[in-house]
Amino acid sequence: MLGTGIIKGMAETARNFLGSYVSREHLTTVQYPEERSPQIENARQFPFLVFDGDDPIKGLRCVACQICEKECPPKCIYIVKSKDKRVDYKGQSQFYPARFDIDLSVCMSCQICVEVCPFESIKMDTAYELSTTDRFGGLMADKHQLAKSNEHYRHIHPTDAALSDAALAVEVAKAKAVAEAKAKAAITTTVSPQPVAAT
Amino acid sequence: MTDSLDQIFVTLKHWLLSGLDDLLKWLEVAPPGWSMPLVSIVLSLAPILMVFPALFAITTVLERKGLGRIQNRYGPNRVGPFGFLQFAADGIKALIKEDLVPRAADKVVHFIAPVILVITAFTVYAVLPFGRNMVAADLDAGLLFFFAVGAASELAVFMAGWSSRNKYALLGAMRAIAQMVSYEIPLILSSVAVVMITGTLSLTKIVEAQSTHAGLLPDWFVFTPWGFMGFTLFMIAANAELNRSPFDLPEGESEIIAGYFIEYSGFKFALFFLSEYLSMFALSGLGITLFLGGWNAPFAALDFIPSWSWFFAKLLALIFLFIWTRGTLPRLRQDQLMNLAWKFMIPMVLVNLVAAALWHFTGPGWMRWLTSGALVVGAYMLLGKPQFESKDIGKRTYRFAD
Repeated sequence: MLGTGIIKGMAETARNFLGSYVSREHLTTVQYPEERSPQIENARQFPFLVFDGDDPIKGLRCVACQICEKECPPKCIYIVKSKDKRVDYKGQSQFYPARFDIDLSVCMSCQICVEVCPFESIKMDTAYELSTTDRFGGLMADKHQLAKSNEHYRHIHPTDAALSDAALAVEVAKAKAVAEAKAKAAITTTVSPQPVAAT
Repeated sequence: MTDSLDQIFVTLKHWLLSGLDDLLKWLEVAPPGWSMPLVSIVLSLAPILMVFPALFAITTVLERKGLGRIQNRYGPNRVGPFGFLQFAADGIKALIKEDLVPRAADKVVHFIAPVILVITAFTVYAVLPFGRNMVAADLDAGLLFFFAVGAASELAVFMAGWSSRNKYALLGAMRAIAQMVSYEIPLILSSVAVVMITGTLSLTKIVEAQSTHAGLLPDWFVFTPWGFMGFTLFMIAANAELNRSPFDLPEGESEIIAGYFIEYSGFKFALFFLSEYLSMFALSGLGITLFLGGWNAPFAALDFIPSWSWFFAKLLALIFLFIWTRGTLPRLRQDQLMNLAWKFMIPMVLVNLVAAALWHFTGPGWMRWLTSGALVVGAYMLLGKPQFESKDIGKRTYRFAD
């Protein structure tokens, strides 16, 4: 009969109207500034630079290889390589970034810089409340702002951080083995001349 | 005590008038003869001009909150306690916004269109009885006055659409006119049934005709077969007349954007909004007066509650009904809208007139319930069947998408 559909619909909306007052399930809205829904683990916003140890600048893993700068699709990364070298986390003498800027207004959060980085030094952050009153300077993050500790990385992305730590441990072990082999070789080379001389 | 509370506003007006008269006599000032009636008019109009815009302000918030709850969200809850001061924020925003007038617009007409709309929306309140002895102008042809002035709002709508010099505005205005003219007929004819029964066009007399009680139910016209059908048709037609969902075709984001008020901004836009809501209250008030017993209490035992509070209680209930339907029904297409008006509403309303006549001439007893009721229900079934039952159009076939 004409009108039964309307009555059914009215009953449905009435159920939702009254239900919103008695059950929380009906109200799915998250009251944003006061409440926040938890982020999923794979959430990503903008990149940051990982550092080890206590000093954010000295502990940066980045060796200014500039691969991420070249790979970045919107070209939002700007790196100036240092003139001198310093000892990195593996104990090797490496360059470091004299400047490392990311323009957050240009960055499109594609994560390609993270994928291409061979040194596990650039990762994606989850901070999203980055609004600023200065749209030029305020959105240009330098290395001081970008540097965040490995603990922070472990906190925001536990699974990825564990993988990254494992990969780094392998790298460090390899580097150590190479160094030991070198040292042994150095010892043998310093020791060996005598038997050579003997022959 | 109850009587004095019932008549508190009437007494207040008389007290103010006689006080002014005494003051003038004491000052030995002889005012011109027309001045006291003018003061009386102002005293009658001032409450209307204050109460209904205030109701508009509250209704906008309640509507948004109600629609929100229907859609399982909170609605506005930021400004003031529970968001109830949202209307103040909206009003200030509308006031300080830039008033843009298109260069090609007919500036005079563009300016006066919203003004006329608001004036007509206010004028119809003159004849509505809000309570016992509470009517600004007790006209003998109050119903006629209501519809005559109410129809002038259609002129204002077309003025707005035409003067904007905008294709969307013009199309929206034409849609609005087509819709309002089509639904004006069932709106008026559904109230004609009441006029037939009561034999008067005066709204106060119509309310008095419903003030008796027969058994448990009061003698409201909505509790008769023709009255129930008339009230339903009246509310549907009122919904269309107010351009409210599901008949909100003069607006359409996808085709004509905001319709006839697309070129209005700032406070003029707010005036359109205001007049829309004022007309909604006025038409609800008319529906209450014609079918829901006006300011009468539903039971004789509840007569001690002041009459004006019954009117406003019923008004709020009807406003809730409007919001409820808006939150429920999807909008119609233009041809469906016209079909509903001309193929269903108008025949139904004509049958309803016959049903009212049968009710009147059959005389008291169960016979008139049977004849009038059978006529109304039969016509409803017959008219509703052909065009609204779902046609089996078979399985949908795709030519290219397979």
